[in-house]
Amino acid sequence: MTALTAAAPTLEVRNLQTHFFTRAGVVKAVDDVSFSVGRGKVLGLVGESGSGKTVTGFSILGLVDEPGRIVGGSILFHGQDLAKQSEEQMRQLRGNRIAMIFQDPMMTLNPVLRIDTQMIETVQAHTKVSKEEARQRARDTLGMVGIPSPDERLKSYPHQFSGGMRQRVAIAIALLHRPELIVADEPTTALDVTIQAQILAEVQKLCAETGTAMIWITHDLSVVAGLADDIAVMYAGKVVEKGEVAPVLDMPLHPYTAGLIGSVPSRNKRGEPLKQIPGMTPNVMRLPPGCAFRTRCAYATEVCKQEVPFGEVAPGREVRCFHPLFPAKQGEAA
Amino acid sequence: MSTPIIELKGVSKRFSKKLDFAGKILQRLGAPVRDETVHAVDGVDLTVNKGEVVGLVGESGCGKSTLGRMVAGIMPASDGTIRWHGKELAELTGSEGRRAKLQTQMIFQDPMSSLNPRIRVADIIGEAPLVHGLTKRSEYDGYVDEQMRRAGMDPTLKRRYPHQFSGGQRQRIGIARALAVQPEFIVCDESVAALDVSIQAQILNLFMDLRRDLNLTYLFISHDLGVVEHLSDRVVIMYLGRVVEEAPSEEIFARPNHPYTQALLSEVPRIDARKKSFAGVKGEIPSPLNPPPGCHFHPRCPFAFDRCKVERPMLKTVASGHRSACHLNDKVA
Ligand SMILES: Nc1ncnc2c1ncn2[C@@H]1O[C@H](COP(=O)(O)OP(=O)(O)OP(=O)(O)O)[C@@H](O)[C@H]1O
Ligand SMILES: Nc1ncnc2c1ncn2[C@@H]1O[C@H](COP(=O)(O)OP(=O)(O)OP(=O)(O)O)[C@@H](O)[C@H]1O
Ligand code: SF4
Ligand code: SF4
Ligand SMILES: [Mg+2]
Ligand SMILES: [Mg+2]
Repeated sequence: MTALTAAAPTLEVRNLQTHFFTRAGVVKAVDDVSFSVGRGKVLGLVGESGSGKTVTGFSILGLVDEPGRIVGGSILFHGQDLAKQSEEQMRQLRGNRIAMIFQDPMMTLNPVLRIDTQMIETVQAHTKVSKEEARQRARDTLGMVGIPSPDERLKSYPHQFSGGMRQRVAIAIALLHRPELIVADEPTTALDVTIQAQILAEVQKLCAETGTAMIWITHDLSVVAGLADDIAVMYAGKVVEKGEVAPVLDMPLHPYTAGLIGSVPSRNKRGEPLKQIPGMTPNVMRLPPGCAFRTRCAYATEVCKQEVPFGEVAPGREVRCFHPLFPAKQGEAA
Repeated sequence: MSTPIIELKGVSKRFSKKLDFAGKILQRLGAPVRDETVHAVDGVDLTVNKGEVVGLVGESGCGKSTLGRMVAGIMPASDGTIRWHGKELAELTGSEGRRAKLQTQMIFQDPMSSLNPRIRVADIIGEAPLVHGLTKRSEYDGYVDEQMRRAGMDPTLKRRYPHQFSGGQRQRIGIARALAVQPEFIVCDESVAALDVSIQAQILNLFMDLRRDLNLTYLFISHDLGVVEHLSDRVVIMYLGRVVEEAPSEEIFARPNHPYTQALLSEVPRIDARKKSFAGVKGEIPSPLNPPPGCHFHPRCPFAFDRCKVERPMLKTVASGHRSACHLNDKVA
């Protein structure tokens, strides 16, 4: 029994559905997303722009605003369903046991308050420490994310920072409480490789030392490759492929995952047009019946017009596709 | 050779934080407080020729966006001159000034703070072209649809407000808005950073098509060396407010001269790497509030020697079209 509890994941998302009821129609931003993350583990959540990654993160944190609503599924945090918590309970959890690093750092930062005010308030909101201790903690955390002269910098306003520095301050604020779960939404997109490596090093340390579970939303497959244990790939509101990082990146089974990996610039020739997945991102308000990737997929057949089940097609490999790309088939297509 | 589109000579930008009233009193009383100055850009020369793609690379906070804003004419320089088609940008007035502004567009790093939250996407994209007579009222809808489609967006979403879009969709709104006024020169500040690789490829291919068809010119700010290598004719590397190296793209990736460039190239993350240990930055990250004397890179440079701590290395030609600012180049010579 104890062994079972120890192995229970920190977070388990099951068949999550979050829809926006707009005047123009229902936007099924998240429509059947399932994954889990264990203690000290990192899940890389990747997918096309607009596929529902941020809305998934917002759903976990209870931050989906009107006209959006969680309409199905469950979000189990240590077995407790977050989708059923009250506003107040969620507020208690946020910033303390669960933190989010937003895609846009200005969602975390208040433009009219100095950085030190914001960080000290955050520390003192959840722990009883003196202002001086709180400042010390803020200062150390800024140093951790590679902000030089943290003492002077603490006195700045957000607009006095560069884009990447704002991103790092937002990361620092999320790390302040060593939460049990962090949802990080494209946290290092605007950062150069050296600073990115520094932050990823801190993140790895945090996960290893405090057992923080991490959902790392990104489109950068090379970061996922180096950081994550598992990967979930989203397309048009659904998880279409899931598994351990190495097998998924080495042998993608879903045609969309394969297309994504094929478009990485370093794999293309300089000056030549980059490979891109043909066609356009579907409008989630007008999805064709059946597989949403159908109109762009080279392997589509008649059967793809039917609802595609999500399930295990090989040990540890879950895919939402009628014709997964096992190596024999990849050879055929080439 | 024709006049470059933009030519910077000795351009600097300083941001000072003046002491507030209490601070001034403290200073009078002898407290060790003083005005703080950030040397965001420090004596930069940069030339961009018509039809060229120049990549601008450097660490977070090294001054890329600040330099980009000055090039795009939306922020004045503290020092130095910026010439647009041979004329000093700061002195352009009237219709010529407006033309310079329109012809040079910037795609901002932070799409959310550069898009007015209360204006519908259609008008964010279409307003300027309408005002400047690039489209007519009667053709407005079609014009906006075309701009959205080009940036990979579904035109049926045009009645939405910016907050109803995903991060990458917002970035594409910024791209569509910049392209809609038909500029000749675009400063792209991390313009594809928030896009997944496939849409990134689509946008980069669009940039390249526009360059071929309309002879567009780009200053392409990015920390993604893969993207920069793919796109740029020439690459400029900045470190703490200064240009440290500049060379044709192939040359710089094949034969990086400056120790900082070499360090940068060795740290590119790769998709074939698997769960690995990331290492923090070696050495202290220097602060633009208090830049180290001599070569700014010396506290982190594995080759630093005495001279590096006192004397600023100047950019010197090390091969055809290849300039680098490092004292080592004198040593070997
Ligand atoms: N407030 C809203 N009202 C209506 N639609 C919305 C709203 N917020 C998001 N959406 C839509 O929901 C879908 C999913 O958005 P989401 O922000 O989760 O995408 P994402 O995967 O994070 O993309 P990106 O990589 O571009 O950030 C998009 O099609 C978006 O336009
Ligand atoms: N308005 C401002 N007031 C004070 N300091 C500023 C201002 N804008 C920028 N700075 C400072 O100037 C330096 C350079 O900033 P800039 O935004 O140009 O960097 P960057 O190279 O674009 O970095 P990033 O890659 O993180 O976007 C930073 O130290 C920043 O704090
Ligand atoms: S289900 Fe059919 S259309 Fe969808 S990805 Fe698989 S093969 Fe392609
Ligand atoms: S000048 Fe000196 S410190 Fe600077 S990069 Fe060259 S060797 Fe290193
Ligand atoms: Mg997002
Ligand atoms: Mg910037």
